[in-house]
Amino acid sequence: MTKITMTVNGKTRSGDAEGRTLLVQFLRDTLGLTGTHVGCDTSQCGACVVHVNGKAVKSCTMLAAEADGADVSTIEGQAAPDGTLNAIQQAFQDHHGLQCGFCTPGMVMSAAALLKDNPKPTETEIRHYLEGNICRCTGYHNIVKAIMAASGQDVGAIAAE
Amino acid sequence: MYNFEFVKPATVDEAIAALREEDAQALGGGQTLLPTMKQRLAMPSKLVSLGGIADLVGVSSDGATLTLGGATPHAVVASNAGAYPALAALAGGIGDPAVRNRGTVGGSLANNDPAACYPSAALASGATIVTNAREIAADDYFQGLFSTALDEGEIITAVRFPIPQRANYQKFEQPASRFALVGVFVAQYADGVRVAVTGAGNDGVFRWSEAEAALSGSFTPDAVDGLSLSGDDMIGDLHGTGAYRAHLVKVMTKRAVAACN
Ligand SMILES: Cc1cc2nc3c(=O)[nH]c(=O)nc-3n(C[C@H](O)[C@H](O)[C@H](O)COP(=O)(O)OP(=O)(O)OC[C@H]3O[C@@H](n4cnc5c(N)ncnc54)[C@H](O)[C@@H]3O)c2cc1C
Ligand code: FES
Ligand code: FES
Repeated sequence: MTKITMTVNGKTRSGDAEGRTLLVQFLRDTLGLTGTHVGCDTSQCGACVVHVNGKAVKSCTMLAAEADGADVSTIEGQAAPDGTLNAIQQAFQDHHGLQCGFCTPGMVMSAAALLKDNPKPTETEIRHYLEGNICRCTGYHNIVKAIMAASGQDVGAIAAE
Repeated sequence: MYNFEFVKPATVDEAIAALREEDAQALGGGQTLLPTMKQRLAMPSKLVSLGGIADLVGVSSDGATLTLGGATPHAVVASNAGAYPALAALAGGIGDPAVRNRGTVGGSLANNDPAACYPSAALASGATIVTNAREIAADDYFQGLFSTALDEGEIITAVRFPIPQRANYQKFEQPASRFALVGVFVAQYADGVRVAVTGAGNDGVFRWSEAEAALSGSFTPDAVDGLSLSGDDMIGDLHGTGAYRAHLVKVMTKRAVAACN
């Protein structure tokens, strides 16, 4: 066991980790931040996406030790301290961008990474960016709508399917 | 995954020293190695992360050659390799954004997955694989499925790509894995055209020499019309037969040439 320390959602957090401890295990089991989900554990589904030093990564495929000293953001840090949802989260609610909600933490974190680099993405760009995020419920349509809306764009342009 | 010792050296020399230990292995972005370890198909006793070595990350160009640091993530290549647009596009098409933020060029070339994208770019560009010990020409580097000229404990520190006059990579994506079902990289240089194929060959990435000769004569999609590859030399699996892949190689080659023109 080695002690590792990282900034998570703006706060310094430390804990013990083995060499093999995955970042997602450290977040969920050691720090108790269970908002980040494990859907596949094989880098396919994106339910575990968090940001490390501002970049979206699959936390099931990164060692906790690799994030020692890093700045990590998770779904828990997205809403304001009083619980007010951020624009992306609110848009997911308004546009029914979730059903069971299992994929949602990863979808929101991927969407946040996309909008940081590309504040007004097209529908095609959104769909392309979400290639690594799988949703078994929504059919993606309302997720794309929510991200269009969160970026201040007209969602009427996306035809209902 | 079995447990191991994790170390993150700050220099190449320290990494090489750490890799001398028996069963020590280099860790690039971990996008291939960690899944392999979870399946217990690899069980190193020590992982030597290359992620803390600043010298190994970066993209630079002198106009004739584009050089990538060995641990440069795909996303960094996609946004900084403008001097070699076909290579930047290839890097930007690997997997998904999160995979591209972690996965590295050195990891991809060291792994030499028969369906990976970078091997085709390295081979079609006649790239030089630079390691801590020597320089290896791409033509000598790839040695069959998941096998390369690298020795145990040797790491890729940089890759040098001669910049072609025109080039294009066409990937027919396997939709579940997002790797190439077939990928063809065509690069035109002053002294001829090079064509490298990934995803298809039984022995991994290969140069399609008949197409190279035809395209060096006439750089048009029609130039390869009369050529054909045998399905017997191609991978056949549940995603496609050998004959299907052989057909796709020609289609992707034509598309790549058309995209260059
Ligand atoms: C969902 C998903 C989709 C993907 N899609 C694609 C795709 O479309 N096309 C594609 O080409 N790839 C794809 N990949 C693979 C991805 O590009 C990997 O990042 C890459 O194959 C391995 O790079 P890495 O840096 O993650 O290496 P690691 O997983 O860290 O290491 C792989 C191997 O290389 C060795 N190694 C690592 N770095 C070095 C070095 N500098 N020198 C010597 N040896 C080294 C390691 O010891 C190990 O044996 C995908 C992966 C995933 C998870
Ligand atoms: S749990 Fe990490 S990608 Fe599915
Ligand atoms: S809402 Fe259920 S998996 Fe996406």
